Formats: sequence, structure tokens, C-alpha cells
Amino acid sequence: MRPAAAAASLALALVVSACTSFYEVPIETPIQPKMDVSGFQRVLIAGFLAGGSEDVDANLETVRLLRSQLRSKSNLRVIDADVLPLLEIALEHQASLGNESGGTNGNGSPAGDGSESTVGVQRARAVDPATVRIRDEKDLEPLETIFANVAYWKKIGEEFQNPLIVTGSVLFIPHARSGFVQREQEYFDRLGRRRVVPVRTYMERKGFILRPKFVFIDGRTGATLYSETFREEILYSPQQATPALSSYFELMDRLVPSFLSTLSTQKIRGSRILLK
Amino acid sequence: MLVAGLVAAPAAADDNARDRAKKYVEFGIAVAQRGLWKEAIYRWEQATRIDPGYAAAYNNLAVGYEHEGEFEKAREAYEKALELDPHNQMVRQNYELFREINDRASRSRSR
Repeated sequence: MRPAAAAASLALALVVSACTSFYEVPIETPIQPKMDVSGFQRVLIAGFLAGGSEDVDANLETVRLLRSQLRSKSNLRVIDADVLPLLEIALEHQASLGNESGGTNGNGSPAGDGSESTVGVQRARAVDPATVRIRDEKDLEPLETIFANVAYWKKIGEEFQNPLIVTGSVLFIPHARSGFVQREQEYFDRLGRRRVVPVRTYMERKGFILRPKFVFIDGRTGATLYSETFREEILYSPQQATPALSSYFELMDRLVPSFLSTLSTQKIRGSRILLK
Repeated sequence: MLVAGLVAAPAAADDNARDRAKKYVEFGIAVAQRGLWKEAIYRWEQATRIDPGYAAAYNNLAVGYEHEGEFEKAREAYEKALELDPHNQMVRQNYELFREINDRASRSRSR
């Protein structure tokens, strides 16, 4: 609650308490999970299509983070398995789709000559994943057809005794923005008292954008049950030298509660007033 | 004398109902403070049956339902409490807080 509202309600409570008996009690409101996972006892965090910064292996880090979160904060048993090299798998899948459609890209135009390193123009042939750079959503888009490959996910499901499969894509992109930023500057007045004033300064800040898409797949059928996309960004002042991995965790930290609330009940703590 | 007695009779009955309902409400508060919310809800439901005009009983019932994640019932109870006592700022504050959470839960469900 905002401080002003809290103060107002406290004042009000004091006034009203003169004529009414009331009791403030703590409550925990349960928020039901977005998905019904009662049909699953186990979960496989399979792997992610990752792109953006090369300083962070977003596939590996995301799998490790989500597995550890689910181990402690959900009732599902987390399967320990090798992380799927999903980019490689998606490229193969893409190549097979390209061959089936006569070597054209998704727009119906012929595939490029391979001099480009992005995904879109290389779809019709088997591509060395090491040469592929996923830079943005556009690069990811053609590869995301892997999530609709029911046969593939069903096969993965059979391999791990039909768990709930969590996959998706994670873009972790370096980002810069310049403009006026308001910050607080402290000074001491003539009487030696500390004062703080807002100051607007022009600044070029650098940071990252994290854009994960979580796809939940039924390991029994290979079908997508639910998917959700998030976007978070962080910017630092030029003086700050924050490692990419720290930024990645800082941004993921903001998203993890939403991810968990897809699979398990979350409780919101607050207080309410009971009246006589 | 007779007329005065006839007029006073329903009022006395109402007072009696309020007194009885109040006992349930107080007991409900005591058990809710010990974390026995289901028991509290049962008592507050009794109170609203005995005295359907008792706003505090509906308010407490709403809080209890909210704690149990029964959002639809909580909303109905809060609205009933506000209908009975529209100027009660405490009920209104509870309702506003409830709506904030309920909106978030609805967004989650519809996403």
C-alpha cells in the first residue's frame, strides 16, 4: 500500500476505533496456478532457443535456474537430464521443413546464398549452429516452429515417462539508451543541513533486455498446453561495470515468480480488518 | 400501550438477533486470530443467517473467503457489506485491497 494511503487509513482507523471494535489480521491470499498440472508428477526443463549476448549461455543458465527454483518451490519432481541443444535441433527441423517445401524460406522466396549468418536465409540446408547468430525476435521466429513439432516432443515425453515439458526461447540482448535521467543530488545548506534535490542529466546508459518465452508441453501428447512471453530490461549508468551474467540473473529474478505462478499456487501476504 | 407494544416488538426481535449474531461474529474473530479460518467462516455464515442486515458479519465473511481463495464468494460478501453499510471506510478499504489481488489473479487466469 502507498504510504499516503496507509497513513490515511491508519488515521481513519483510529477515528473509527472510538465507536467500532476492529481487529487487523494478517491474511495469505492464495493465487491459483495459471495451468492445471495435476496430471503431472514430474517436470522436464528441456532446453531453450537462446540468442543475443554471447557472454551468457542463456540456454544452460535458464535451465539450471528454473530447475533449482522448481525443486524448492513446486511439488513437481524435477528431472535431471542433459540440457537439449535446442538451437541445433530447431535448425535441423527447419532444414527438413525447407527441403520439404522446395528450398524456399517462410515467405516463399528462394533461400539466400549462405553469406549471411542469420537464420532466415539459411533455412533450406543443414546449418552449423556455431555459425548461426540469433540477434533478435526476427531471427528466432522461424526456429520457433520447433515448439509445434508434436512428434518431436512426444518422443521426448516418451523418453522421460511423459512429464510436463518446459521449453521456449530466451533472448538476452545488449541494449543502450541515451536521454535525460532524473537522479538525486545531495548538498549541504548554509546551516550544514543535508538536502537532496532532483537533477536531470543527459546520460548514455547501457544494459540488457531479457525476453524469455516459456512453452509448456504435454509430454504425453507433444501438444503445447500454454505459453507466455515476458520482457524485462535493465540499464546502468556509464560508471557501472556490471557483468552480463549478473544482469541476466537480476532480470530473471524479476520473472521467476510469474513463471512459478504458472505451475504452483502462490500466496500473497497482506492484512485485513475484521469488525465486530 | 398496546400499539406501543406492537411497534416495539419487531425492534426487540432485531436486537435479539443482532446480539446472537454478534456472539458468532466475536467467536469467529477469536478463532480467525488463531488461524482457524474455516471455523471462523462457519461462525460468520451463521451470523449472517441470524442477522442478514449485519454488515460486519459480511465483511468478516468476505475476509475469510478471501483467505481461502474463494474470490467470487468474497466479492459477493464484500458487496453485501457495502450495500448494508456504504460509508464504512474499513469495509471499503478491505474491498479495494481484495480487488487489487482479484484483478491480478484474473489476469493470471486469462493470460
